[in-house]
Amino acid sequence: MLEDTIASAIVDASMFLPEHVEDLIKKAAKSEKNSYARFALSCIVENINLAREKELPLCQDTGMLYVFVEVGKDARFSYKALSGALEKGIKKGMKEGAFRESVVSDPVFDRKNTNTNLPPVINYFFVDGSDITLTFLLKGFGSENCSGVRMIRPTDGKDGVIDAVIDIVRSAGGKPCPPMFLGIGVGGTMDRAAILSKRALVYEGKKDKRYKELEEEILGKVNALRIGASGLGGAHTALSCSVLYEPTHIAALPVAVSINCWADRFVKVVVKGGFDEEDA
Amino acid sequence: MKRTLELPYEEKKLLEIRKGDEVTLSGVLYVGRDMVHKRLYDAIRFSQPLPFQFESNGIYYMGPSPKKGSFPFGAAGPTTSARMDPFSPLLIENGLRLMIGKGPRDRSVISSIKEHKGLYLQAIGGCGALYASCIRKAEVVAYSSLGPEALMKIEVEDFPTLCIIDSEGEVL
Repeated sequence: MLEDTIASAIVDASMFLPEHVEDLIKKAAKSEKNSYARFALSCIVENINLAREKELPLCQDTGMLYVFVEVGKDARFSYKALSGALEKGIKKGMKEGAFRESVVSDPVFDRKNTNTNLPPVINYFFVDGSDITLTFLLKGFGSENCSGVRMIRPTDGKDGVIDAVIDIVRSAGGKPCPPMFLGIGVGGTMDRAAILSKRALVYEGKKDKRYKELEEEILGKVNALRIGASGLGGAHTALSCSVLYEPTHIAALPVAVSINCWADRFVKVVVKGGFDEEDA
Repeated sequence: MKRTLELPYEEKKLLEIRKGDEVTLSGVLYVGRDMVHKRLYDAIRFSQPLPFQFESNGIYYMGPSPKKGSFPFGAAGPTTSARMDPFSPLLIENGLRLMIGKGPRDRSVISSIKEHKGLYLQAIGGCGALYASCIRKAEVVAYSSLGPEALMKIEVEDFPTLCIIDSEGEVL
């Protein structure tokens, strides 16, 4: 059943980091020279090992669940069936994984806990192919609170993008549990750039060469800020930077930065051939 | 320098700790985050009784995930201290001088720590499993309707922290 696959995928994601994320953290822990940051990184590595060994969530902020649904144009697809499976699977996973109840229904007045961690944030995209890919990001909000969007001038170009990112990361400082993972969206509209920045956090496909170079340059400049692990200084402010772009208006250059903490928890579930009422 | 601090703390021990010291905590800690701070702040403003003794005790900014495995909580790492900044000076002034959380504090908290000889220790952000494994016992003390945000009392053993602001107001 798809709902069971979804449930176990998100429970696993709360306890085990993606392999490349864990590798980056362990490499940082080995090479860090600042003694305070080394203390922080050694706690983080111990935490990663303990979570795996005792099957505990890596962090008590098990996050608000952020989901990308990529529906292949040739996939079997029923919105009703798929959204039903998503809701059931997420509900089940939250219980089995002992996730913290972290979602309130009204942001301003009641702030009443939904007690289910529902609803998740879901974005649908239609892509080429015949499968449906579900990507679940367990988004912690210490780091989400440090994320931001800047609408810079179209003539500001690459340097303007870098300055905007540096400005957002600098004001985040030690708050988002660095070493950070940075997702950056440029172009589109204000809202679209923000969604792209989340997508950049979990993107594993091909990239334009110029944008890859931009990622390297941003990563270098972010690490030169020397905010460091847990904000204690040293060489590791961010471990990864991923940029995605889309066309935009002649008057605009939207720049959005989604900051994720070192616990960059996400998992993908590929549903071969798609999913409709017959599968539900 | 490596130090240990037994809780509730002895005045002399608290004052010995310097910025940059690795401080391992053992004993009783109170747990509260955003809403608990708002309520403690209001209780002081309106001269209502406080739900626990501030003197000699510390507060840990944390909201746990539910029990999983053999410890009282699944994960129990620190939350961002900056959100408590508007409330902390009044609490420090009234005796709650030991704070444990993550991330930097604002100027008003630093000067209040200096004035009242307080201490701010940082627990390492995101280390929920590690801190859960240091907690031996937990009970809700007040504001139970707040769920994971309720005021709790916990017993910790070998709980690792780093001193960010010492009683002289020196900041790491």
